[in-house]
Amino acid sequence: MTVSVVQFGGSNCDRDAVRALAHLGIDAERVWHEDGLPSDTDGIVLPGGFSYGDYLRAGAMAARAPVMAEVRSAAEEGVPVIGICNGAQIGSESGLTPGAFTTNASARFQCEPVHLRVERADTPWTAAYDEGEVIEVPIAHGEGRFEIGEDAHADLVADDRVLFRYCDADGNVTDAANPNGSTDSVAGVLGERETVAVLMPHPERATLPDLGRSTDGAGILRAFA
Amino acid sequence: MTAYTATVTVRLKRGVLDPEAETTQQALERLGFELSDLRSADRFEVDLEAADADEAADRADEMAERLLANPTIHDYDVAVAER
Repeated sequence: MTVSVVQFGGSNCDRDAVRALAHLGIDAERVWHEDGLPSDTDGIVLPGGFSYGDYLRAGAMAARAPVMAEVRSAAEEGVPVIGICNGAQIGSESGLTPGAFTTNASARFQCEPVHLRVERADTPWTAAYDEGEVIEVPIAHGEGRFEIGEDAHADLVADDRVLFRYCDADGNVTDAANPNGSTDSVAGVLGERETVAVLMPHPERATLPDLGRSTDGAGILRAFA
Repeated sequence: MTAYTATVTVRLKRGVLDPEAETTQQALERLGFELSDLRSADRFEVDLEAADADEAADRADEMAERLLANPTIHDYDVAVAER
């Protein structure tokens, strides 16, 4: 398994992702978007950062970069793809996953630990957890409020494609525990395949034991193991 | 071919929270202005050459569909004028 961590101009969590994956014994390398995906790519990370300076909308420019056509094809073939933070914005902008991520309800950049409730434990991203388990992973974003039209939201719920919801330490999904005003407290969603997911929180910042207060994010990245 | 300017206005759909507009409204109120509501929008002025105004509008429409607007959260409109 070689995971390609796709680096755009302004990505800044690409090295963190490679470090976190290496810590888990997963072979990963940074790939400059203009170079295209290496032929041995069998996993893809769209990392966090501020690609293209968040011009127009966060993720809008990177989502239209030619490499994203390759990412979409790979995703359709079943290659696991995860978008983290700016990578989540890129993923939703490119149509890999439903909905959109836009300005936090607070209108501020928020960098803080949050709790997530694992809503599905039967996906590659969550096989390490139990359904309903609460994990702690940090967020760091200004545009992380999940928005989706009413009908599309109903489909999302009916299709069971909500992967994580923001919650309190006990797993209660409340307005107080929703850091950015996301619709239905959605923190992460699945694409058409369960092998495609995006989330605003940063699992790669909660993987290395000496880096922070939690290693709860490691289970998400173990999807690539 | 005729020179046109297509003006694409992209705004949040009604009902989608706009924290930046709310913050701007609060700042105006702090300055003593009285207002009932405030909405913000992005406006793109695209200069292009087209056979006629319909073609110019169609092309600007496609630009909005494919990049300038995100259909999940945005509505947009296109106005074309000779330049």
